[in-house]
Amino acid sequence: MKINNIKLYAIAILVSVTALNCNNDDDINISTEPNFSGTYTQEDQMGRPAVNTVFVSSGMKDAFNTTIPSEQGAAFQTMFQNNLEGLSPAYNTPTDANALTLTSAQFTGLLATDVLNVSLDGTTTFYDGTNVLTGRALADDVITVELLLIFGGEDFSENPGLSNDNVNANDKAFLSSFPYLASPW
Amino acid sequence: MKKTKFLISTAVLGIATLVAIAADHIDAPAVQGGTSDITDFYAFEGEDDSNIAFVANVQGLLGAGSDTQNAAFDENVLIEFNIDTNDDKVEDLVIQATARDGKMYFFGPVAPSQTGLNSTIASTTTNQASVDISAYGASAIIENANGMKFFAGPRDDPFFMDFAQYGQIIAGNASSFNSPGTDTFAGTNVMSIVIEVPKSMIGGSGTINTWVESKRKQ
Repeated sequence: MKINNIKLYAIAILVSVTALNCNNDDDINISTEPNFSGTYTQEDQMGRPAVNTVFVSSGMKDAFNTTIPSEQGAAFQTMFQNNLEGLSPAYNTPTDANALTLTSAQFTGLLATDVLNVSLDGTTTFYDGTNVLTGRALADDVITVELLLIFGGEDFSENPGLSNDNVNANDKAFLSSFPYLASPW
Repeated sequence: MKKTKFLISTAVLGIATLVAIAADHIDAPAVQGGTSDITDFYAFEGEDDSNIAFVANVQGLLGAGSDTQNAAFDENVLIEFNIDTNDDKVEDLVIQATARDGKMYFFGPVAPSQTGLNSTIASTTTNQASVDISAYGASAIIENANGMKFFAGPRDDPFFMDFAQYGQIIAGNASSFNSPGTDTFAGTNVMSIVIEVPKSMIGGSGTINTWVESKRKQ
């Protein structure tokens, strides 16, 4: 009996919530101007590619997405470093570094604040052999760059089987003009 | 029965773990597979080198056909491009995008009324525009306004990676990548928002920090 009552209450609440949503929709439809009011609250965040998926432990991924960049370093750098050292034998000792001459502490200090640096003065690329972290272009092989920095050691020569996924380009050609991305499949 | 359920949930968990390795596709439990799931973010010099193009993709791994045909931008989701011009990792300017009734509306670049996790839409800024959301299978619709360009609609997912093999390596089932690898994202689409903005409107020169956020109406 009690359980049935609870069920009824649950249904009643569900119906009232649904009804409220319908009312909101009606209001939008009646209005001639789109409704842009209200507060919007963060659910996902991204700066550099693959950072949350590779460096954040499974139980912390939503927390990382809802931490503002200016607070991410303090909150997550240690986790990033532990996960990097657990993942890659290229950081076996504290003095081990990658090709940017960054140790695991320095590299994760950079990555834990998940923003994409963009140059307004010239070439924009994740890495093109010369320029480093000046943007992210569509054709940049960002995963291989990240694998090299994670597994490749000081001169990109360590762990060769892990430092390139051997997928070097997109499956459709990009456009030279806006909107740049290829038409959908 | 219980055993079947257990096996199914184990299989689902296995797939989810494997799938959770990509640019930002399906990166976290609260957003994965939903309308606020950011798959990728790009920022690069435009064809006109006085401009920067920003790309935010959401809702990844859409198959060709009905999967993409039925995909739509969520009108309760705000996509916000954040621009930090003084390297304090706090946004000084935002460009906001949100869909209403077949159009994508854009606000900014504009100083946000508040920084951080909660936003209101800068609907009184003079920098605003809208573009019809391009239909699947039709030509891309481009809007030009205030020196900026705007696009919204389905596109080929520009991300490429052999993430299936990466999953095998992480799971301990493989010790290296294959050569050649297999692009796990081949043949899949995303819902894409592309903006091109004059550099003079986002700091002019030097280096800026940028990131993209998805925010849901409360």
